[in-house]
Amino acid sequence: MQVLTPDSASWQLAPDTRPLPMSILFAILFYLATLVFVVGLLYRIGVYTRTPAPLKIPTTPAPTTTGGVVLRMAREVLFFESLFKSNLWTWGLGMLFHASLALVLLRHLRYFTEPVWAWVAFIQPFGKYAGITLLLGAAGLWARRLFVERIRYISTPSDHLMLALFFVIAISGLMMTFVAHPDVVAVKGYFLGLMSFNWQALPSSAGLYVHLLMVAALLMIFPISKLLHAPGVFFSPSRNQTDNPREKRHIAAWAKQLESES
Amino acid sequence: MADIAAPAYRIIPIIPALKPGAMEGVRSFVANEKIQEAIGFPGQLVEDWHDRAIARMGELLGKYRSLKVYMDACVHCGACSDKCHYFIGTQDPKNMPVARQDLMRSVYRRYFTLPGKLFPKLVGARDLTREVLDEWYTYFYQCSECRRCSVFCPYGIDTAEVTMAAREILDSVGYGQKYSNEIIGKVHKIGNNLGLPGPALKDTLEGLEEDVKEDTGFDVRFPLDVKGAEVLLITPSADFFAEPHIDGLIGYAKVFHATGTSWTLSSMASEAGNFGMFIGNYEQLRKVALRIREAALELGVKRIVVGECGHAWRVAYSFWNTLTGVGEGADPNDRFAQMLQKQLDHRYRQPSHVCEFTWDMIQDERLTFDKSANDKYIITFHDSCNVARGSSMGGYPGGQFDIPRNIIKAVANHFVEMSPETTHEKTFCCGGGGGLLTDDLLDLRVKGSLPRMEVLQQVADEQGVNFMACICAICKAQFTKIMPIYGFDRRMVGGVHQLVSNAIKLGNK
Ligand code: HEM
Ligand code: SF4
Ligand code: SF4
Ligand code: SF4
Repeated sequence: MQVLTPDSASWQLAPDTRPLPMSILFAILFYLATLVFVVGLLYRIGVYTRTPAPLKIPTTPAPTTTGGVVLRMAREVLFFESLFKSNLWTWGLGMLFHASLALVLLRHLRYFTEPVWAWVAFIQPFGKYAGITLLLGAAGLWARRLFVERIRYISTPSDHLMLALFFVIAISGLMMTFVAHPDVVAVKGYFLGLMSFNWQALPSSAGLYVHLLMVAALLMIFPISKLLHAPGVFFSPSRNQTDNPREKRHIAAWAKQLESES
Repeated sequence: MADIAAPAYRIIPIIPALKPGAMEGVRSFVANEKIQEAIGFPGQLVEDWHDRAIARMGELLGKYRSLKVYMDACVHCGACSDKCHYFIGTQDPKNMPVARQDLMRSVYRRYFTLPGKLFPKLVGARDLTREVLDEWYTYFYQCSECRRCSVFCPYGIDTAEVTMAAREILDSVGYGQKYSNEIIGKVHKIGNNLGLPGPALKDTLEGLEEDVKEDTGFDVRFPLDVKGAEVLLITPSADFFAEPHIDGLIGYAKVFHATGTSWTLSSMASEAGNFGMFIGNYEQLRKVALRIREAALELGVKRIVVGECGHAWRVAYSFWNTLTGVGEGADPNDRFAQMLQKQLDHRYRQPSHVCEFTWDMIQDERLTFDKSANDKYIITFHDSCNVARGSSMGGYPGGQFDIPRNIIKAVANHFVEMSPETTHEKTFCCGGGGGLLTDDLLDLRVKGSLPRMEVLQQVADEQGVNFMACICAICKAQFTKIMPIYGFDRRMVGGVHQLVSNAIKLGNK
């Protein structure tokens, strides 16, 4: 299925062979990054969950039932409904970027599952090209940031760096898919090994190193950056509250306290 | 302020180029010591304002999920950047909603996030300096908390919530706004925003009874403090004497008269407005609202109906149940709320908007109209943003748009819509809401009304519109002030119940 370069063939090590320094470094890095990602994200979600929303502030017109709110949220998350109302360019580019990202991420499941699930196998060819559309989407968003005066004004260096990070990840990924193929079987073995604490060797490939390094960086940045918009959207009171303030009394614990004081 | 002129209409409403700093000099008057202390805030900027501001910010981040999530979630996509009427009218980039939020977000990042602590420049984090504090004061008092930006943000980030938090922090360190805080003081002391004492209110209402008698020949009553009345009407105090507001009040009274509803006003709660919301202070918001609870309990009314006022209806509809128990569905062991909810008649929505009341009566065929009385008007409707985006009517999403329009169509023959990009939930603020209806901000108010005036001009030119109805006391006051600057007649604006008043038949039910 994949072309094995002579270079990568030499990395087909027996399980009992000790992995080389790079393999160890990346193993540590990925354990660390995963830990930061999971713990950081859970912590954030915990904070959002614990912080009360004392007043009913859905942006109306808003659904009056929980089912309606679920639908509203689904439309926001799957189709970026509000963004669609707002700006078709940003919506189109954003959809392209995120849909591609979703496909690319799902495609990567093949590195973590054995045997590969049928639907993951099915999306492989699409996922391959999603890498290109991901890049196009990100490029379009970046162009907006650079050339639209208002958006340039609000951009911080980190906004540009974030896009740069996706660029590097996408380009290094595409290079491996279409140009210099590393030994993906070994890569898979490496990640399956990480997951079962049975370390394997990682093929040596500059492209792969860059790709993995940036992905680890992304994982660690996630819980402390604007990428929190992904969990955040589910906690946004203006979107997730039912519009029934007259029918049901809504009161936060700290606000209830005021009633016993007075 | 003779030099204040209306900005030119945009030929095609393109997004304006940026003019950095255009509005940095426009600041509303700062509250003096007396005003601040009257409502429990420090009289002037405290010595340790920096530490106290950061501490207060931390506290708010823990109390309001909205603030916490909104500080984190923004991706700087810019979708909201051209949606604010103040940005459109002033071109000042700091009036872009996201830039307004960033005034606070930059400080949040510096003091409450790891990247901001380590690499402030990288993530646009800043120390809270005196300049930053002043900038907060300037630009957080250039936001009318209209929530238009939140409609368009993919995460619903509501700049109004950020503005409220910023004003709350400013107040807590002794840096308050004269206009809002003075008014809140008046409510506590006298019972309404305009400082109209009970006896004066009584006189006014008696005068109104005489006027209406003269006008119509009918004994339409304006009862005050009547115990055991069925309906307690809570209305913005501007309705008692400002033009065109008063014509709306006459309209409500005629509706109550024609339907034989027993009703009363209250001298204790002679104000529907609640500026506590504008300054984002929960305690003030609650304290102002509690007067209504007290009045309802004391008068023993069965229903509470709210007059035409945008932010007041948001507070009533969305917050009263929380703040005061006016509503239903309280926990059985929630004694505070149950005390009132047991008294109210739950066959009706509590509270009801006066438009809901009138529309119900129209549907029950308990009102009749002579529509031709409004034939001199070609009418359009300005959705007041607090009604449009912060409340509802009729118990279904969008009722707040249909019901006032239904009433207008029931009482008048000529109704025209303005551009759909500027109505319903996309409506533009009149430019004077959120604690900005003060002459020291007239420049901002004129500029902020540009997008509304543009589309009004369009329907005036193309369809001959000569009356713009709305259901907000602040909108009415703002429009009567700024419309002449745009070359319109100030009498072009009025309430929905002014139109009801014109057409209603009092004789036969
Ligand atoms: C619940 C899932 C998610 C939703 C609803 C969502 C939605 C959005 C929306 C509406 C935007 C603004 C438009 C745009 O610039 O594309 C955006 C921006 C962005 N999203 Fe997401 N997103 C989600 C998950 C993610 C994830 C998992 C990532 C990355 C791992 C991500 C990365 C980004 C980035 C980098 C931007 C900024 C693009 C720019 O700088 O212009 N998103 N997201
Ligand atoms: S709430 Fe209204 S006034 Fe404030 S930033 Fe948003 S659009 Fe502008
Ligand atoms: S639309 Fe929302 S996420 Fe986008 S810049 Fe504005 S506030 Fe931030
Ligand atoms: S005054 Fe009217 S238009 Fe302006 S913010 Fe209030 S409700 Fe909205």
